[in-house]
Amino acid sequence: MNQSKEFVSKNSGRQESIITENLDARAMLDAALRSEGVKILPITPSPLLPADLTEIESEDWGKTAQQASAQNWRWAGAWAEDRGSDLAMNACLEKEGRYLILRTYLPPDEPSLPSHAPYYWAADRAERHIQDLFGIRFIDHPDPKRWIRHQAWDENAYPLRKNFPADGQPPPSTPPDSNYPFLKAHGASVYEIPVGPVHAGIIEPGHFRFQAVGETILHLEERLGYVHKGIEKIAEGRDPLGLVKLAGRVSGDTPVGHSWTACMAMERAAKVEIPLRAAYIRGILAERERVINHLWDLAALCNDVGFAAGYYQFGRLRELWLRENRALFGHRLMMNTLVPGGVSVDVPPDAAGRMQDSTASLRRELDELLPILDANSSLEDRFLTTGVLSSELASALGALGYVGRASGQRFDVRRDVPYSPYESLKVRVPVEVQGDVASRFWVRYKELRAALRLIEQMLAGLPSGDLVSEWRTPKEGAEGFGAVEGWRGEILCYVRFGAGGRISRYYPRDPSVINWPALEKLVLGNIVPDFPVCNKSVNGSYSGHDL
Amino acid sequence: MLRLYGKIFRTGVLTEGIPPASKDEAVEREGARLKAVIDKRFRGSLSIRQVDAGSCNGCELEIHALNNVYYDVERFGVHFVASPRHADILMVTGPVSRHMEAALKRTYEATADPKWVIAVGDCGVCGGEFGVSYASCGAVSNVIPVDLAIAGCPPTPIDLLRGLLSLLSDSVTNQAHG
Ligand code: SF4
Repeated sequence: MNQSKEFVSKNSGRQESIITENLDARAMLDAALRSEGVKILPITPSPLLPADLTEIESEDWGKTAQQASAQNWRWAGAWAEDRGSDLAMNACLEKEGRYLILRTYLPPDEPSLPSHAPYYWAADRAERHIQDLFGIRFIDHPDPKRWIRHQAWDENAYPLRKNFPADGQPPPSTPPDSNYPFLKAHGASVYEIPVGPVHAGIIEPGHFRFQAVGETILHLEERLGYVHKGIEKIAEGRDPLGLVKLAGRVSGDTPVGHSWTACMAMERAAKVEIPLRAAYIRGILAERERVINHLWDLAALCNDVGFAAGYYQFGRLRELWLRENRALFGHRLMMNTLVPGGVSVDVPPDAAGRMQDSTASLRRELDELLPILDANSSLEDRFLTTGVLSSELASALGALGYVGRASGQRFDVRRDVPYSPYESLKVRVPVEVQGDVASRFWVRYKELRAALRLIEQMLAGLPSGDLVSEWRTPKEGAEGFGAVEGWRGEILCYVRFGAGGRISRYYPRDPSVINWPALEKLVLGNIVPDFPVCNKSVNGSYSGHDL
Repeated sequence: MLRLYGKIFRTGVLTEGIPPASKDEAVEREGARLKAVIDKRFRGSLSIRQVDAGSCNGCELEIHALNNVYYDVERFGVHFVASPRHADILMVTGPVSRHMEAALKRTYEATADPKWVIAVGDCGVCGGEFGVSYASCGAVSNVIPVDLAIAGCPPTPIDLLRGLLSLLSDSVTNQAHG
């Protein structure tokens, strides 16, 4: 409650109404659960602030999701943890800017739990990921076949159990996963197109199984997991700096977003407050990351529909910013710029001046490009009404970032669960409703411009002070939760410390985990040659998904 | 349309250093040497098939950048191709995840001789941040023979250009693998 009051005094009236609604949302859910006979045990104060933590009995796990779903809570992620004597299972829900983490405990032998997937589409693969890595069986899961596991380890071995060594016992050479039970289509003139894992371009590996009639896509099934590198496992035992390095490589296009989320979770667990200057610099880095990625995808979307001039213009602008990153922060993609407790790079006045100039100049260039893009009928022809994700589907999935916001979903962590420095900034969140490739293109164009404005605000208000706070080793068992709006959308992270300040559990939830299934739906009824531009308009990270 | 042409005209040809402020000497120097070697060995055309065998996707971003207007690697006769059947070189990134091991080997087998393999990025070179584990085979050379390693996390486009050149210079006098 104290925390809520603080928010109210710092923020606008809109925030105030959100907070009252929050209390209502929680109270309403609790009331519904109690009337269903669910025993709820809220843990106060929550060790996972700003998220609430509630423990429930394992047999009530499914019922709880059913009630939450009926009240329009968004399902945001799930992770398990081997605590030796038992397994802890967590699911993260969100409504109106309030995170609620559900937790239950399971015996280590033959653990099973009612599935959330019947009530939440997004829970489908997340639970199968846990099933393959922890050996938890999800009862009533609509499609419990393996997901992240191919053939590198046995069906009855679970890599994220503590008794499974990180080296494992892999076969001398790993066979391909050739008997994965894809859905089969039957009928005259239906044919299959298997694509990948090695694709035709410079792109990450994954498999797409299309069923088509003529040119029209009847069904698409994604098969991911090819770049599973054991990130969750090799995080164990790392020190905080080592974890930040690894987090920066969960998805190479999001080093700032993922390392920030990991830092945030560790800092909360260790009760380390970062200097305000460091928070501002993190904000500047994160918005620059948004800018370079949006520029790149706008370029690539132009390229996918044969508009070469757009591809080269956006690509040129991106390269200028990459070079500036290198000059100012020592790395073109801004890897290794965050450290636990703060940042390792500074923004001296000349760097700030340079960024002000490049921000103004990028805006001028965009002003010039806008009428060109607008007047280009071939872009319109290919983007409009292509790859439609309806608002209903986006909401049912809990679609994140620009994929959600192009389909009427408004959520943005920076505005709705504000963290420093965004709590003192004005975050504008553009939203479109048609849900087609054009909407996703234009949402990103607008987000790009909003990011430029944020960079200017942060440069203008950059406080003086330290870059890093002293690190305090948290006690064994300390845990923390982080949520950051990366350029793809909400990134979540859970961290628990073991003995000696070393990591005992790290789970990063890239927005791609939630958004990948949207692609399967939005391509339906489109023609096969439009698949690349549909795929690019979502641009899921394979690495961030596969871990 | 006029606006578009105006923008193209005003942007100019950045690759050749016009306007002079954008001249990137390092690109020009490395690129010219590369072109000389490719002209001699491959009659002006070298085809690369890129394979992500488990990368974090950071390396892919920089390989892509080779094709932007500043580096424009195609002007040196270097092309990225869609099929290993068309490739002279496999450019492989990432620690090789165990789930990509078979696909990488098959891609290698599908590439016609003579062929070269470049391992790109710290991960491809030595396993990098991910190393060897239940899920990762580590370096590319643990799975297929490698002719050249271009380190960096990720290597910059200039590092990549230099690396390509050094591979070809070495192999001028040597027989290719296969
Ligand atoms: S070398 Fe670096 S950028 Fe390349 S795949 Fe490895 S971690 Fe990613």
